[in-house]
Amino acid sequence: MTATSGSLVSEEKQGAGLVVQDLGVMLTGKPVDVVDDIDLVLKPGEVVGLVGESGSGKTTVGTSLLGYSRAGAFISSGKVLLEERDVLTMHWREMRQVRGEEIAYVPQDPASALNPSIRIGRQIVELLELRGIGTKESRLQGARDGLEEVGLPSDDEFLSRYAHQLSGGQVQRVALAMAFLPKPKVLVLDEPTTGLDVTTQAMVLKTMAALCKSHGVSALYVTHDLAVVANIADRVAVMYAGQIVELGPRDALFRNPSHPYTRALLDSIPHLSQARALTGIPGRTPAPGARPSGCRFNDRCSFAIDECRSGVPELRTIAPEHDVRCIRAEQIGTWDISRGAVPDADPDKKREVILSVEGLNVFYGRKHVVHDVSFDLAKAEVVALVGESGSGKTTISRSIGGLHKDWTGVINFEGDELAKGARQRSALNRKRLQYIFQNPYLSLNPRLTIEQIVKRPMELFGIASGKEATDRAVDLLDQVALGPRMLRYQASRLSGGERQRVAIARALAAEPDVMICDEITSALDVSVQGSIVELLEGLRLSRGISMVFVTHNLALVRSIAARVEILQAGRVVEAGPVVEVMDHPKQEYTRNLLANSPRID
Amino acid sequence: MTDIATALQDPLDEVAPPGRQHGAMAWVVWLARRLGLAVLTLWLVSVLTFLATAALGDPVRAILGRDYNSNPGRVAELEALLGTDQSLVSRYFDWLGGLLTGDLGTSLASGGPVSDLISGSVVNSAVLVFLSAAVMIPLAFGIAMISVSYRRRRPDTVIQTILLAMAGLPEFVIGVLLIALFATTVLTIFPAVTLVPMGGAPWDEPKSMVLPTLTLVLWVAPYVSRIVRASLLEVIDSDYVELARLKGIPEKVVMRKHALLNAIVPGIQVIALQLAFLAGGVVVVETLFSYPGIGRQLVDAVRNHDVATVQALSMIIAGVYVVVNLIADLLSILLTPRARTAISS
Amino acid sequence: MTAEAVTPPPAAEPPAIAPAEPSTFQKAMKQKRFVVGAAITLLLVAFVIIAPYLAPFGENEVAGPPFSKDGLLGTDYLGSDVLSRVMYGGRSILIIAVFGTLLGMALGIAIGVVAAYGGGWWDEVLMRFNDVILSFPQILLALLVLTAIEQPTAWILILLVGISHAPRVARLARGVALGIVSRDFVIAAEALGEKRTRVILAEVLPNMNAPLLAEGGLRLTFSIGLVGSLGFLGFSADPGAANWGQMIQENRLGLATQPWAVVAPVLIIAIFCIGTNLMADGIAQVAQRGEN
Repeated sequence: MTATSGSLVSEEKQGAGLVVQDLGVMLTGKPVDVVDDIDLVLKPGEVVGLVGESGSGKTTVGTSLLGYSRAGAFISSGKVLLEERDVLTMHWREMRQVRGEEIAYVPQDPASALNPSIRIGRQIVELLELRGIGTKESRLQGARDGLEEVGLPSDDEFLSRYAHQLSGGQVQRVALAMAFLPKPKVLVLDEPTTGLDVTTQAMVLKTMAALCKSHGVSALYVTHDLAVVANIADRVAVMYAGQIVELGPRDALFRNPSHPYTRALLDSIPHLSQARALTGIPGRTPAPGARPSGCRFNDRCSFAIDECRSGVPELRTIAPEHDVRCIRAEQIGTWDISRGAVPDADPDKKREVILSVEGLNVFYGRKHVVHDVSFDLAKAEVVALVGESGSGKTTISRSIGGLHKDWTGVINFEGDELAKGARQRSALNRKRLQYIFQNPYLSLNPRLTIEQIVKRPMELFGIASGKEATDRAVDLLDQVALGPRMLRYQASRLSGGERQRVAIARALAAEPDVMICDEITSALDVSVQGSIVELLEGLRLSRGISMVFVTHNLALVRSIAARVEILQAGRVVEAGPVVEVMDHPKQEYTRNLLANSPRID
Repeated sequence: MTDIATALQDPLDEVAPPGRQHGAMAWVVWLARRLGLAVLTLWLVSVLTFLATAALGDPVRAILGRDYNSNPGRVAELEALLGTDQSLVSRYFDWLGGLLTGDLGTSLASGGPVSDLISGSVVNSAVLVFLSAAVMIPLAFGIAMISVSYRRRRPDTVIQTILLAMAGLPEFVIGVLLIALFATTVLTIFPAVTLVPMGGAPWDEPKSMVLPTLTLVLWVAPYVSRIVRASLLEVIDSDYVELARLKGIPEKVVMRKHALLNAIVPGIQVIALQLAFLAGGVVVVETLFSYPGIGRQLVDAVRNHDVATVQALSMIIAGVYVVVNLIADLLSILLTPRARTAISS
Repeated sequence: MTAEAVTPPPAAEPPAIAPAEPSTFQKAMKQKRFVVGAAITLLLVAFVIIAPYLAPFGENEVAGPPFSKDGLLGTDYLGSDVLSRVMYGGRSILIIAVFGTLLGMALGIAIGVVAAYGGGWWDEVLMRFNDVILSFPQILLALLVLTAIEQPTAWILILLVGISHAPRVARLARGVALGIVSRDFVIAAEALGEKRTRVILAEVLPNMNAPLLAEGGLRLTFSIGLVGSLGFLGFSADPGAANWGQMIQENRLGLATQPWAVVAPVLIIAIFCIGTNLMADGIAQVAQRGEN
């Protein structure tokens, strides 16, 4: 499963490792902990995965290892020991020397972390140059070797490019090469593959693992993605609300997750091998300053008892190297990775087509981006459009939704041929076909109340008005698991998951027959994604709504869709029932996608 | 209206390696387009200038005032001189033709050619503006950098409060207060009006340049300084500056190589805008200090309804603005790799 | 699985909701500079409106010999009481500045939002014309029109102030609107088939209020300066009436002997501008934070 392992470290290179003791970071000016009580050991040559959802404090821990905290926060306690030297109490001169040379950092979004006006060749060697390490030629040669090591060209043309002239995967690999050049002992990687396609991600992860191994570097890999961690880490630390709640060797942790949060997180992750009934975690992650007393997970935990609300549990060892911050770890039973598995969608089910797309070609100006795509959608069915970035999946969904008008072909909606743009379509067709956007932070008007947002389609399409519309709005919010008191709030006060539920309620308000869901879970945490998928499945069954589900996540497809269209560069490369395509892929491209997708099952 | 979706970035935009062969040609095309747009703007400026001065009101009536009804002979004489008996269109093209061949027309007030009248004052004003800019730019950038280095601490707050208060003040307020402070009431170290020796230039008497220059500097510097500070802060908060620090690069180098380089482009835009601002500011400042430049001349010409002089002067001022903007755009693009490579590829 | 594992989660207690987003005004009230600026501005507006009724002398009444020390602030070049003239002299400036600003804002917002929402040709053409007017410094645009006019009326001055602001406001409004029209909630409204005017009025404009208010404050500051400058250059609606800008011009020659006749109107304009500018910057701070 993985290429790295502590025992395989090459002999001449042996890093020193890093010990973090009782680290705490607080907000400046307020007695509020961002993270606290962090104890962590990076053994030489080991990759430790630090996993958490947004708001868990994982990035804060990551930069703390370099003695750095973002504006508005400061490191309030603890030690970060590098070969017996405490990084946090070092003089700034010494700390600066340690940064880069001994502890290196690979940023989250390298596209914005590389200086836009310095050529990458110069940026790679900048540190060595400033420290006067090596000669001009040796530095240049080092940069070339580094680029080759990460699988990039090393010629002068490439060295003279600017960051914006590289693709996302290339930028990330440049950042890796840059971090490795001064030969650091410890590497902190902050979600370095977020936003990359699975193939690129697999390539970057493989490169990283190989480099760590050959250079004997210990790495802290910060991420929100348990599946990635399952593939690359030797040990895993799970963070929740500013604390480590579970820590253990990878296999132990995935075989026997012992904290209720870890389990809930695993329950919300879709598998590639089998459809699952995904579940979310109720409530939301508390922000610093708003965390509950006692165990921080107690208000969302299904195992919580009174004792959990009184004292903060200690991180305690329940098995060799396996620590858990839960007083009931032994009492919550065993766990199985295939829990929640359900039968896959039946490939032979009779289909009654409601929407068909024939010979769709889409253009952006003179550019031809989608080529001759045809597929159809049956009643109460979910069809997934899957592909990497640039595959045209979103472009197709926007054309069907009438948001993009520059296309040719036929889109047939129960006998009606749909006009190109939404404005040219009949009100009835606009009502029956609803579009849900990827980012709920952009798709709801922050100035309007939830009531105004949800009632608007009813008023517009003459479904209901006044008191009746309000009643319906309450009803709809109930269906998406939001209370009636939400009505009065503005969207800006809601969390991402709540906003996406409102967006779904707005689509439902029009009483649609077809919903187009454009990556609607990709901006959300996995536990929230689980609950949204749960909600959509319920709506499909109770209302018989058909959905076009656009995503880049193949595992998610298995759990939600009946049929799948695999897209590459604007063309359908493989299509069919989900079980067939995923269990017996016929095309090389599909096989590659499946092989590169990180998996925990 | 166009589809909003098409305005979004093309999702299939592949990252192309920088092209070299097409580069030169692409630059020529781009430059030609920019120049064409500048010429178009200037032409529209000339239309607007002409319409505003010649079509909105009757200059003859404005010149003669109460005499208009009592002196029909003088009316006819002036109408012939200004050509108001001809159609607006033919007058416009006569004027534009003259403009393009260097004939700026005849001044009503002096009776001589406008070009003779204004050539000296154009130089005087240019000296005043460039002198002010030369003092203002380093001053504004210096203050901004000091302010940034004390970010959100006491000295920064004090500097920002003072700059904010000054940024709203009109130029005549600053000028009058400076005169009261340094020329008449409190101290009398500088002259309140510009003294030009016979046949000389205002800078032959350097003391009399001090207050007009200082007025323009104090008028514009607070504004520039605030903008430069804001764009410096934005760069300092960027991910790449954070990474540079995490890489262990000394703070001085972070500032010089990573921050300043990227903050300089917004700075150029601001300076261009301020040069245009200064061109407007000379109108009031020159009048206040009786400085013999185009600003004072313009005010006199407006008072005398001397249409030809006003037209010539406003074309000069607007032309300076268009040219300065063009240069600023060009510089910003040359200094921004993303914009630069977008053109050549 | 043990029995405990299937225990339902505790009665789904309502999740904590973030506190209500305060309005732009409420947020601005937390800014010291906004409060101070607004207080100065309101006091001065009240002064301008009420002072004429309290003035010790008439607007053009002779109170003593020219440039004498009679009265609190002395007399001016014609022997009128400076204090009284200051008390009378704000009305025309205030009216022209306020209405000119409102006009400029209305025109500019309309142009900017239509250009951003319309895109394509609308944008190209509107912004090209915008560039043309931008090529004239504000005071030059006003002077240009005044060349052909014998005596400006208040309405002409309002129009001139408004038109010279409009392209500057339009440029800002377009920039802000561009950031909003590409957001999904606007596209969602389009997809539902909302009328275009409704999209602009209900979806786009309400999200622009903070930056536009800040711009309005800044424009008011510039208007006061512009109207003051025009008065100083001798262009005012009623040359006989008291006018702060014109007072500076009239009494300049007496600066050495009777400085108050010049300094008093200068100071009051300065305080006015500082007030409106502080207020505008307070709102701008709020607008900036809203973006982050």
